[in-house]
Amino acid sequence: MAETMLAIISGICLLSGGFFGILGGIGLLRFPDFYSRLHAAGITDTLCAFLIIVGLIIQAGLALVSIKLILILVFMVFTAPTASHALARAGLAAGDDPETVESEDMPVAPLDAQGDWSSNS
Amino acid sequence: MTTVLVLTALAIFTTMALALLRALKGPSVFDRIVAVNVIGTKTVLIVALITAISGNDNLIDVALVYALINFIAIVAVLKLSRMRDLAASGEGDITDG
Repeated sequence: MAETMLAIISGICLLSGGFFGILGGIGLLRFPDFYSRLHAAGITDTLCAFLIIVGLIIQAGLALVSIKLILILVFMVFTAPTASHALARAGLAAGDDPETVESEDMPVAPLDAQGDWSSNS
Repeated sequence: MTTVLVLTALAIFTTMALALLRALKGPSVFDRIVAVNVIGTKTVLIVALITAISGNDNLIDVALVYALINFIAIVAVLKLSRMRDLAASGEGDITDG
């Protein structure tokens, strides 16, 4: 009974990890901007890796393999945000500006137009 | 259980194919480096999954070492594309803090 529950939980973790991986891959291919692509790559680096390795740990149980998988997980938790940060910093330093919406198209609602607290004081 | 593992491995391979398309298309060099970073992370996961599928527990060391090397490779390629020299330092260096 307990083994069946563990197998079901591990299967859910593995399959949702694979789903998030495909999701991040589609985002990496279809997003319009370097920084939004970095966001999709960050999803596959953290959430997908975390879910798949946790699923493998549940399946392996108490063994030496689990300790090594936990080591991989800890190392990925530290290095994936560092690599993303270095990539974004290098992109900004190279003058790759993020795509932004033009200010004329934004619904402009300045504070002094909707309330009179600024004109009173 | 092996079916779930193989399905997950297929999903990871699909992600690697999409990242490879981005690495071939990518307009700037940073898009290609992001795609290569994703492919490296997915390689670690594939090796861990192959360890679970084949039952050969010694293979997990390969995933551990690959996870260590992947990060160093990304930072080195970033510095090389920025400074044109791994030993150089100066304005705009990404490894100087």
